[in-house]
Amino acid sequence: MYLSASRAADTTAGVRRTRPRPPRGTRTRRAVAGNVIALGAVSLVTDVSAEMVTAVLPLYLVVGLGMSPLAFGALDGLYQGASALSRLAGGHVADRAQRRKLVAGAGYAVSAGCKLALLAATTPWAVGAVLATDRTGKGLRTAPRDALISLSCLPEEQGRAFGVHRAMDTAGALLGPLAAFAVLWAARDGYDAVFVVSFCAAALGVLLLVLFVREPSSTITARRKGADKNGDKNADKNRDKDTDKKRHRPGALRSLARTSGLPRLCLIAALLGVVTVSDSFLYLLLQRRLDLPAPYFPLLPVGAAAGFLLLAVPLGHLADRIGRRQVFLAGHGALLIAYVLLLTPWGGGLAAAGAVLVLLGAFYAATDGVLMAAAGPLLPTDLRASGLALVQTAQALARFAGSLLFGAGWMYFGPEGALTVAAAGLAVALAAVAALSTLRPHLHRHRHLHRRSPS
Amino acid sequence: MSIRARLLVLVLVTAVLVVVAAVVTLRAADRAAERDQARPGEPGAQTGVVTLRQPKRLLFRNLAWGPQRDHVSSVPLATPAGPRTSAPRNCLRFHAAAGTGICLRATGGVVPGHEAVLLDARLRPVRTFPVPGMPTRARVSPSGRLVAWTVFVSGDSYAGSAFSTRTAVYDSRTGSLRPDLEKFAVIKDGRRHRAADHNFWGVTFAADDNRFYATLATRGRTYLVEGDLGRRTLRTLRENVECPSLSPDGTRVAFKKRVPGASASTPWRLYVLDLRTGRETALAERRSVDDQALWLNGRTLLYALPGDFGADLWSVPADGGGTPRMAVKSGTSPAVLP
Repeated sequence: MYLSASRAADTTAGVRRTRPRPPRGTRTRRAVAGNVIALGAVSLVTDVSAEMVTAVLPLYLVVGLGMSPLAFGALDGLYQGASALSRLAGGHVADRAQRRKLVAGAGYAVSAGCKLALLAATTPWAVGAVLATDRTGKGLRTAPRDALISLSCLPEEQGRAFGVHRAMDTAGALLGPLAAFAVLWAARDGYDAVFVVSFCAAALGVLLLVLFVREPSSTITARRKGADKNGDKNADKNRDKDTDKKRHRPGALRSLARTSGLPRLCLIAALLGVVTVSDSFLYLLLQRRLDLPAPYFPLLPVGAAAGFLLLAVPLGHLADRIGRRQVFLAGHGALLIAYVLLLTPWGGGLAAAGAVLVLLGAFYAATDGVLMAAAGPLLPTDLRASGLALVQTAQALARFAGSLLFGAGWMYFGPEGALTVAAAGLAVALAAVAALSTLRPHLHRHRHLHRRSPS
Repeated sequence: MSIRARLLVLVLVTAVLVVVAAVVTLRAADRAAERDQARPGEPGAQTGVVTLRQPKRLLFRNLAWGPQRDHVSSVPLATPAGPRTSAPRNCLRFHAAAGTGICLRATGGVVPGHEAVLLDARLRPVRTFPVPGMPTRARVSPSGRLVAWTVFVSGDSYAGSAFSTRTAVYDSRTGSLRPDLEKFAVIKDGRRHRAADHNFWGVTFAADDNRFYATLATRGRTYLVEGDLGRRTLRTLRENVECPSLSPDGTRVAFKKRVPGASASTPWRLYVLDLRTGRETALAERRSVDDQALWLNGRTLLYALPGDFGADLWSVPADGGGTPRMAVKSGTSPAVLP
């Protein structure tokens, strides 16, 4: 249950977790899908591990170590921002060395080690340092892992691949707290046992990565290039870039800026990100609207996560079929409906609350992995990790700015006023983005034809 | 490596990890059982009758290992290091005055929850309130009429911190509960102050059962606020004050504050503020104190510091002189029955 809180914290801190990745296939259809499933399994057990710790950490710090409110708050602020920078660094290093698996593996290993380090950390600041390191490992692995998923599947199957990954990842996040509380139930005050079990899960994640995840091979790359033959200008460009794999560009950022469609995608993600209200605010509003008894509060994020889990694959698949941008926009449309529901006086309180949670789950399912699926095919192979990191960071920073603005709005206009402003902003941003897309509709429409190359 | 070899490695390593996890969990479970065994060198505790009507005693949450661990225990004020009498009443946080007790405890079960339990003079539950998070502070007013508690809430926060508290005040005479101090109007520098990040904790009551003091945190700063229950207002008095504790005569507030130059991990020192003159006195305790101190009497303060088995209770003179002394080993959350 507490997973929700941590996820909310991620969102609010602008470090939206990047989780998903999915499958795709070509000729090597099974093998490639295997890579995505393997990455999904890695994320699943890693998330079990991470959420075990997240779930018991407040208990451990306050009840176990006797920390007071302010120390607890300061600690939380300390590690919030830690992953944003390391994510860009992880993407960059992975691209530079063309060793995505190695960099992702290093990130997973760092986080696994931190679970053991927690055993030795007994002061608030030591715990804070361990958590910051853990976040750094998380940041490091995110972009290369996303790049691995993206490179393991065909452009037209990215949405489903990311959907599968995200669903597996969320399943792990839902299981983690249950595992943690099961350990505490068996062993009263056994926080050290929770940390060790969490380490075991994390180690299993690293092992799965080492054994079953493959760096997309040059043959696949070659095949992809072949497949791209009937592709568009973009693919041509990408191909050019692929050829100079080894010549490492000091101007990676410049190359990304010139990658067709990428700046626009970043702009869209950022524009919509600014008007996205962090879910913790929405839960709070929902709780106030419903006058929900406080002990049930943690169930709200669980409900949204369950919606995310169930919808990630179908919506990812839908995105492949009808277009990722459309689904991405529709996801924000679902969010807008949720805002409106929260602002409308309603009769059937619980039904409306359920609708808000489902809409929130649909919003994540239609945007989280779909954004990566939209960005991946735009990017040349050798810049995929850094490109994905860039898109994620643009969105995360925008959401962080949005959270600050919403907080200020809450202060001046009250919760309903702030949400009204946010809803209006979201409607305007959606209209603007839709207009932008209509102006250049060819850019990201999905073709299904050319991927059926014989092999 | 062939797929078969990889699967073999996976199965073997997974088996090792599962065994490690199981062994560690079982050992932790054993150790939890060990806590029910008293340890040599620790204060002994006997089960017995503990009430809130016995004069000249100190009550607290017993942390010494043994079957009475976490139980509300009692020692004579004159010999606090002596043997303890424990009641079968588990509390994470506890306070009591004039026949009323408040106990914040875990509800058990696989998914932990917490509740606040109002206790009568014989420590029997009178009323139970579910609370939305982990207990941190609890106080009863000198008359025993008002009760306040603070818990950490996970979930409702924004912009960079998951830190949030909820402080409730219950009036045991009227039966009215004010579940959230954030609903009160905050007056800062003479003007109404609104912010989404208001957090309150550490209530301490005045003798009139209307006025109280507490900590307000907003934008990374802390303030001493004076509350008025009847008017539902909170007025800021002073910055950098946390966990206030009003003296029995109502003239001074003991509190902890951040001192410049202290290390980041040990930022707090104990002070006493004279409410009439506004003068602050640094106390002789040089260690960082992260607790809401309690007035043992008009001249001495009692507070918890981390110890071998969780925490120990220490005392120090309230006038800045003297030296700190350990009052109760392996104990926390004290309450004085004068």
